[in-house]
Amino acid sequence: MNGLLRYGLMIFIALVLFGLILLVSGRSPIGSYRDIFTSTLGSAYGFSEVLVAMTPMLLTALAVALPSRIGLINVGVEGQLYMGACFATWGALTFSDLPAWVLLPGMALLGMIGGGLWALIPGILRAMGLVNETITTLLMNSVAPMLVSFAVFGFWHSPMDTNKTPNFAPSARLPTLFGTRVDLSLLIGLALLVLFWFFMKSTRWGLEMRAIGGNPQAALRNGIPYRTYVISALCVGGAIAGLAGMAQVSGFYGVLLANFSRGTGFMGFLISWLAGGDPLGIVVTSFVVAVITSGGNLLQLTRDLPYAMINILLALTLFVVLAKPQLARRRKPA
Amino acid sequence: MTFLSALGVLSSAIFSGTSLLYTTLGEIFDQRSGTVNLGLEGVLLVSASAGFSVTFITGNPYLGVLVSALAGGLMNLILGYLTITRRASQLASGLALMFFGFGLSAWIGRPYVGARITGLPRLPLPGVSALPVLYRSLFQFDPLIYLVLPAAVLAWWLLFRTRWGLGLRAVGESADAAFASGRDPRLIRYQALFVGGLFAGLGAAHLSIAYAMNWTEYMTAGRGFIAVALVIFSKWHPIRAIVGALLFSGAVAFQLLLQSSGIHISPFLLDTIPYVLTIAVLIAWGGTRRHSAPASLGRVYQGTE
Repeated sequence: MNGLLRYGLMIFIALVLFGLILLVSGRSPIGSYRDIFTSTLGSAYGFSEVLVAMTPMLLTALAVALPSRIGLINVGVEGQLYMGACFATWGALTFSDLPAWVLLPGMALLGMIGGGLWALIPGILRAMGLVNETITTLLMNSVAPMLVSFAVFGFWHSPMDTNKTPNFAPSARLPTLFGTRVDLSLLIGLALLVLFWFFMKSTRWGLEMRAIGGNPQAALRNGIPYRTYVISALCVGGAIAGLAGMAQVSGFYGVLLANFSRGTGFMGFLISWLAGGDPLGIVVTSFVVAVITSGGNLLQLTRDLPYAMINILLALTLFVVLAKPQLARRRKPA
Repeated sequence: MTFLSALGVLSSAIFSGTSLLYTTLGEIFDQRSGTVNLGLEGVLLVSASAGFSVTFITGNPYLGVLVSALAGGLMNLILGYLTITRRASQLASGLALMFFGFGLSAWIGRPYVGARITGLPRLPLPGVSALPVLYRSLFQFDPLIYLVLPAAVLAWWLLFRTRWGLGLRAVGESADAAFASGRDPRLIRYQALFVGGLFAGLGAAHLSIAYAMNWTEYMTAGRGFIAVALVIFSKWHPIRAIVGALLFSGAVAFQLLLQSSGIHISPFLLDTIPYVLTIAVLIAWGGTRRHSAPASLGRVYQGTE
């Protein structure tokens, strides 16, 4: 309860700060907030849009959370997402006449291979003790969008636009649910989170991963194959990020657009970090973040403010959570 | 390929490399004191938009440059507050700062999208007035370009030839040891971040006030991340950063040269060169301490109370 109160207070502080910015821009903060909340949580359509925004975050956060359990910092989800989208698009464009029940799993597999391979490089370098995975995953983030641009501008672009592929065939689109824009990947994301929870709690591999996370030296001396875990954790993380990329192009966009993601992968990192890598925490945090980002559309539509401005509210919320304000000053135990 | 086109490549490498070098110098200050600033992209955007809007309003580009630098310093202080005073994770705080910069710069720059300004004046390089007009136009640089090499030397002098720089590097190596020798790691990290922010702000100013002379959302296009790569590539050293910045921006300019000689390589592939080179260099160093990264880079100073 105390924890809930604290998070409530943090979000309140962020809302007040952003309210000041709205006030300075000559918009009514209360009116804007009312609009944001009624448009996102007040209608079935608005709620479904929140779920749409939340979907990629579940997967990208999981892609960070899994390697983090053995102490690996995967800052490269953005790049892995792009590679997953790239591989999946190749499948969608090449085999567009296959039926959906073959094509979609194939694209998902390709996406996972793309993301997984992209994470394999940092994984191997880390396992060999050559380069820290934080640096390599970060650097490779910037490379992946360029490779996507290379493929899109060079080979795949539609006759109309040079910066995107033709629209995917209907068989290459993830099915949507209940006539909304929510697609199957939401359920896949939730299922994977449950699987992750079960895996960490009840399997031998989960136990060994927890052992490595607790004390890598001790784990190594107890015969746990540390290097294998480093490589596979990063690859599985990358594969999940790649799946998120596949879901974005196949579900949300239905087309591969150069530079389609503006930080979805980084957002996944922040969400996983805020949630402490905990599956339920990831769902809750993703939901809150999704409410905020969906509100950005509204600011743009009704208040004539740039969509990117919603990042201020998002960042202020993150700042407040990072700064960990305390309700009452407590003395730290010595 | 002619002599002229080679000079053209050099000239455009200097133009695009200048903002990169200032930004890299800024990140070197941050990282030498032990703070990884992943929010650099956001810092640059806020600086660029603030500097541009001030230039537009006042008509004075020098005031714009000043505001741009200060905006960079202030943005970095936010990171300082989170990571130093509140002891939050550097990576997470940096990424949050990046998103903050996305939003804040869009807000600041909103009224000025498509606006035109008189940017910093272009002064011909001394001695080129004797050259033909075609050559002369290639060597007309703005004051920020002329100042970038002195700035790198200044950064080197501050870091390696002053007591302050010694203390800063000591904090980056081991904050506890620096504390034990009577220094205040928190204060020093704040100072390093502020100075680093000033430098980064100059880079952003060059981008929006001198080079592009306009404002568009996300106009820095990943320069913050290139700078992070460049810091590693130049082994956290301001003088080596000069070579790195020229090389990195030269790779982009190089494509024009290739095109003019009939070889077509996708610009996107050439853009990956800085990152691939940096990773290759990292592999070559292979986990040894030869790379001279600050030992407590990325670690939050927990204090002793």
